[in-house]
Amino acid sequence: MRRTSLSRKIFVGCNTVFLVTVALLCLLPLVNLFAISLSGKSAANSGIVTFWPVDFTGLAYVKTFNNSNFIRSILISFLRTFVGTFLSMFVITTAGYALSKEFRGRTALMWFFVFTMLFGGGLIPSYMVNTSIGLKNNFLVYILPGAFGCYNLILIMNFFKSIPKALEEAALIDGASFFTVLWKIFLPLSKAGLATVALFIMVGNWNEWFTGILYMSDTKNYPLASFLQVIVVQGNQQDLALDPTSAAAMSERTIKAAQVFIGALPILMVYPFLQKYFVKGIVIGAVKE
Amino acid sequence: MTKNSKKIMTKKQTITRKTWRQEVQHNWPLYVMILPSFVLAIIFCYIPMGGLIMAFQNYKPWLGIFGSEFVGMDNFLQIFEFQESYQAIINTLIIAVSKIILGLIVPVVMALLLNEVKNMGLKKGIQTLVYLPHFLSWITVAGMLRDILGLDGIVNNFLQKFGVEPIFFLGEAGMFRQIAVASDLWKGFGFGMIVYLAAISNIDQGLYEAAEMDGANRLQQTLYITLPSITPMIIVMATLSLGNVLNAGFDQIFNLYSPLTYSTGDIIDTYVYRQSLVNGQYSFGTAVGLFKSAIGLFLTVVSYKIAYKFAGYRIF
Repeated sequence: MRRTSLSRKIFVGCNTVFLVTVALLCLLPLVNLFAISLSGKSAANSGIVTFWPVDFTGLAYVKTFNNSNFIRSILISFLRTFVGTFLSMFVITTAGYALSKEFRGRTALMWFFVFTMLFGGGLIPSYMVNTSIGLKNNFLVYILPGAFGCYNLILIMNFFKSIPKALEEAALIDGASFFTVLWKIFLPLSKAGLATVALFIMVGNWNEWFTGILYMSDTKNYPLASFLQVIVVQGNQQDLALDPTSAAAMSERTIKAAQVFIGALPILMVYPFLQKYFVKGIVIGAVKE
Repeated sequence: MTKNSKKIMTKKQTITRKTWRQEVQHNWPLYVMILPSFVLAIIFCYIPMGGLIMAFQNYKPWLGIFGSEFVGMDNFLQIFEFQESYQAIINTLIIAVSKIILGLIVPVVMALLLNEVKNMGLKKGIQTLVYLPHFLSWITVAGMLRDILGLDGIVNNFLQKFGVEPIFFLGEAGMFRQIAVASDLWKGFGFGMIVYLAAISNIDQGLYEAAEMDGANRLQQTLYITLPSITPMIIVMATLSLGNVLNAGFDQIFNLYSPLTYSTGDIIDTYVYRQSLVNGQYSFGTAVGLFKSAIGLFLTVVSYKIAYKFAGYRIF
């Protein structure tokens, strides 16, 4: 339509302003956090910092990175994220490929897996099982219990199902094994889908905080998320490592802000890649023929 | 699937039906590939389910699961006798149902509004920002909320300009549920929009052209073309959220609540955590947890059935 009525123009204007405001509301709390982390003590404590640092100082970050416990927790987080994502992807890609085929017992196996999504033992029985197989105070507790996830399995299975059958049949007739078909045909063809799932698992691993609190007796073995939970929520300032001399220059609030921001930083860094894929990934996963 | 193709499938199956031996000979790699998932599911999903027996016992750690005394349904009867557990159930229902209702309406409205933005760059920019909070952890969000809503936080600072005394928002029992629901909406509405935006982009553009020829304005096009086209998606999302009626969000509540707000903010999951792992009442905690997951299972199965019947949605 060529002509636009006045009411339409007013609507478009208001709508744009509204949506931009809402979008900014999603970002501003992070900006506020970042600004506080870079502000001076008195400015931060009196709460006058909004979206730009007042009395700019990077001391909170210097202090944070000199805290060996903090560095250790970051390393644990990276390690668990890397190993956990790798194992998870291996386990669910192989199973997802197999379950995308027709074979005897497939339906029964599918229900076996789907039931894990619908029902579970809950907190205490899981805790007891994990403890009794020796996962307490063991790094593997970050990796093994979460490695299999039915939701991601179904997503991957659906990616594989959308690959034309003829390709696979031709390869199988030529004598390729199922393993070769998965490695040489299916993986390269579903890169985008697999990347989506892998990024989701990565983010999930990085953000997971409860396992550390539940299974580690020593806070030294906490990943960053658990470490932050203790500082931010339980209000334990011991790990802030704030000695009297530095306390004069910076506040608990600026250090907390710096640490929470560092915790979110890897997510912000992978977010552009994540966004490139997840919209497509979710739609393929959710909408089936 | 049409009747015809079903017929063909059964025919094919009868032709290719093999004995188990042939099946294993031919398809053994598939079984091997499933094995790791199978083993992990047994250890970390199915064995803990066996542990639910505790809910019917008076479990003592030193007697173990095989030595503890069976007490029948006693633990379950206690759930409604204790004021605290009863209150936790009520809180769970109020918080979860509010989240579900807003989580259904807001993403639909926002997707419809965003669809009216014709500048692709602007649209993309808005999408980028509103999806972001979904990926932040509740620890990060709790950290920000505690700072923003604190006594010297940005909100109180703003209110002070109008002469309002500082309020300790997260310590006010009367505000806890609102804060929980609002922050959950903030975190999730953008991500919830994705499926609707995808459904909107699949609508046949010819429908809009035809409507325009007939003189329909943009509002009418939205109400009579866009909205009906995404209704199946709304039905699927609505029915699937039924299974979450008792899921008020442990990660969020646990990191926002405090003894000051237990009366309105304590939910089943946080209550189970405190009763069992903090107070050592393993059997009672497990019983409360089982009560919750049994209802959750029932509701989820019902919701899948409804979603399949009305929108043809299948989980696999």
